Amino acid sequence: MSATTAAATETRAMSGAEIVLRALKDQGVEIIFGYPGGAVLPLYDAMFQQNAIRHILVRHEQAAVHAAEGYARSTGKVGVVLVTSGPGATNAVTGLVDALMDSVPVVCLTGQVPTHLIGNDAFQEADTTGITRPATKHNYLVKDIARLSGVIHEAFYVARSGRPGPVVVDLPKDILIGKGSYTEAPQVPHRSYRPQTEPDGDAIRQAVRLLRSAKRPVVYAGGGVINSGPEASRLLAEFVRLTGFPCTNTLMGLGAFPASDPQFLGMLGMHGTYEANLVMHGCDVMLNIGARFDDRVTGRLNAFAPNSKKIHADIDPSSINKNVAVDVPIVGDAGRVLAALIECWKAEEAPQQDRAALAEWWRCIDGWRAKDCLRYRQERSGVIKPQHAVKRLYEITRESGRETFITTEVGQHQMWAAQYFGFERPNRWMTSGGLGTMGYGLPSAMGVQIAHPDALVIDIAGEASILMNIQEMGTLAQYRLPVKVFILNNEYMGMVRQWQELLHGGRYSESYSAALPDFVKLAESFHATGLRARTIDDLDGVIREMLAVDGPVIADIMVDKGENCFPMIPSGAAHNEMILGPEQESGVAGVTDEGKVLV
Amino acid sequence: MPNGSEIGQRSATIAVLVDNEAGILARVVGLFSGRGYNIESLTVAPVDEERRLSRITIVTTGTAMVIEQIKAQLDRLVPVHRIADLTMDGQHLSRELMLIKVAGTGEHRMEALRLAEAFRARVVDATTESLVFEMTGAGDKLDAFIALMRPLGLKEICRTGVCAIARGPRGLNA
Repeated sequence: MSATTAAATETRAMSGAEIVLRALKDQGVEIIFGYPGGAVLPLYDAMFQQNAIRHILVRHEQAAVHAAEGYARSTGKVGVVLVTSGPGATNAVTGLVDALMDSVPVVCLTGQVPTHLIGNDAFQEADTTGITRPATKHNYLVKDIARLSGVIHEAFYVARSGRPGPVVVDLPKDILIGKGSYTEAPQVPHRSYRPQTEPDGDAIRQAVRLLRSAKRPVVYAGGGVINSGPEASRLLAEFVRLTGFPCTNTLMGLGAFPASDPQFLGMLGMHGTYEANLVMHGCDVMLNIGARFDDRVTGRLNAFAPNSKKIHADIDPSSINKNVAVDVPIVGDAGRVLAALIECWKAEEAPQQDRAALAEWWRCIDGWRAKDCLRYRQERSGVIKPQHAVKRLYEITRESGRETFITTEVGQHQMWAAQYFGFERPNRWMTSGGLGTMGYGLPSAMGVQIAHPDALVIDIAGEASILMNIQEMGTLAQYRLPVKVFILNNEYMGMVRQWQELLHGGRYSESYSAALPDFVKLAESFHATGLRARTIDDLDGVIREMLAVDGPVIADIMVDKGENCFPMIPSGAAHNEMILGPEQESGVAGVTDEGKVLV
Repeated sequence: MPNGSEIGQRSATIAVLVDNEAGILARVVGLFSGRGYNIESLTVAPVDEERRLSRITIVTTGTAMVIEQIKAQLDRLVPVHRIADLTMDGQHLSRELMLIKVAGTGEHRMEALRLAEAFRARVVDATTESLVFEMTGAGDKLDAFIALMRPLGLKEICRTGVCAIARGPRGLNA
């Protein structure tokens, strides 16, 4: 942003399209993911005549939003999307809801028919603000060019502040063509939206007293820590080491605490580790920081952490006391909360921390850890176990020493990636947590690779999910994005198949991936490299070759078709009723009818 | 603490000060329908032309936990300035306006007029065979009047929904 511009309002009349681009530039935007169409042609024309902002042409608008999400989550910046009216906007909706559920800052500009045609069922008209109202954090329809620059600036402010989320700005074509003046971003606070970031001091002191008196504590940290910025993750590690507490991360929080740290319990929840879930069940004081007691995490609510006092720090007051009633609510930014907790912990003398009880708690945890809940049996020859494929991918990428980013699709492969790939730092793990959007991983990886051109970006995929946005292979080719697609191919929608096996009597209704493409040839037809591993003997070689290729790769890893993802807390069960894999025990837990109703 | 669903329901009258802009009512109503909250009554009108503010009054029911959720969810809508739970924040006044049409002649008509006087309903339209009363009051008073008019030729009812304000000197300011 230029500090020399004196006047807040530029007097020269600009077109609406120029105003939009100028506002984006002033917001620090370098990349837009988009797809042109009639209603946004003026914007594409203005974009053609400038060099400050680069446009990445996707193959489907849903992918544009996921790419912007990958960009945003790997950089901490706002991701920007540009799509046309009607189908352009409706195609973007899945991506918007995904960003809403996972609190990803995205600004999506949508074209709209000219204002005088709105409501006339014009060609490519859709009620975009109506459709996206529950799909966004906020949305705008610009009907007056005098408001245009102000709305764009506000959209960025709303997208990135408080609990981040997607914002839609609907731009009628006559507004883009009309003339107006540009106004810089206001320096005054927003008239109504001012989220609280600084935690209340009394709540912090109350929390610290409770934490100090804990005998069986746990820190349960989520995506809010990552959204707060890398400093929050550093503070989380400092706090956990200062207190000596065990720490678990949600799916969204992986990387917020180093996976290799001895105080890390792994992920918690439906496919979390045995030790993380039993620690949650048995704890007496829980500190939830930046997580939202999602149903995948809590299991059956009335049996969730039954004898615990709960502290919940969240930037969104509506997340507190939503699913689980808590004892100490703290509204604030995760980083600020952690800084305040550390300061208060160091300042407060009393009560004395019960170190003996904590040591006893750790002995108990070590007992649970000894169960080795992620152990699997990989035969020396023959079929590849999917867990082993992810484990080897992790080990080989780590050996390579390259900066690595992982995205995923949704299903079993996603859970195995979460279980077997270790993340030491935040912003390296992009997955669709809340919405569970199959087809997220490839476009998201595209966005990550654009932001980090020299890094290794891998989409750990399933053969079913990958087909939901496979067209983006074209985008990889066009922009020479060396994304690696690592498909765990078990010829099933694996998670659906697993539920059908465990809950629906093995009736595999429509979950077989019939008529699959030849992924090697498919890669080649998109100007990429295709590789295949059929047996365990091929695995390491294929992974190494995939990493060595300087360009996009699809690696088709044929894995055990019947493998299930364990541990698993069945629907409607509690943390201490988890099912372990065949390596740990042979019990099949009963799923109640109430449990079957749940997803 | 037990789960929210196990606790009893309560009624809440919530005042919301919002930007008077297109779509704000859809945002609020959509929030209620999308999250499965009840709306018993909802009224809205501009209250500050200069600052483009409107005031929405919502009467809802839910457990204490759900009502806290409703307030938090409303508060995070970008165009929302202030929220007040009038039911919880001390005493408040709540009123509704009703227009009610009764058709009839003779003794029925006379009885309707007598009752209207007792209820302080005003006659705002009259023909030889019909009357329209205007009446303001708490919801249960309006309900009682409706019940009395029913056998006397009740034709049509229009009610505004609840409009409410806290007692005492404090105001709900943006």
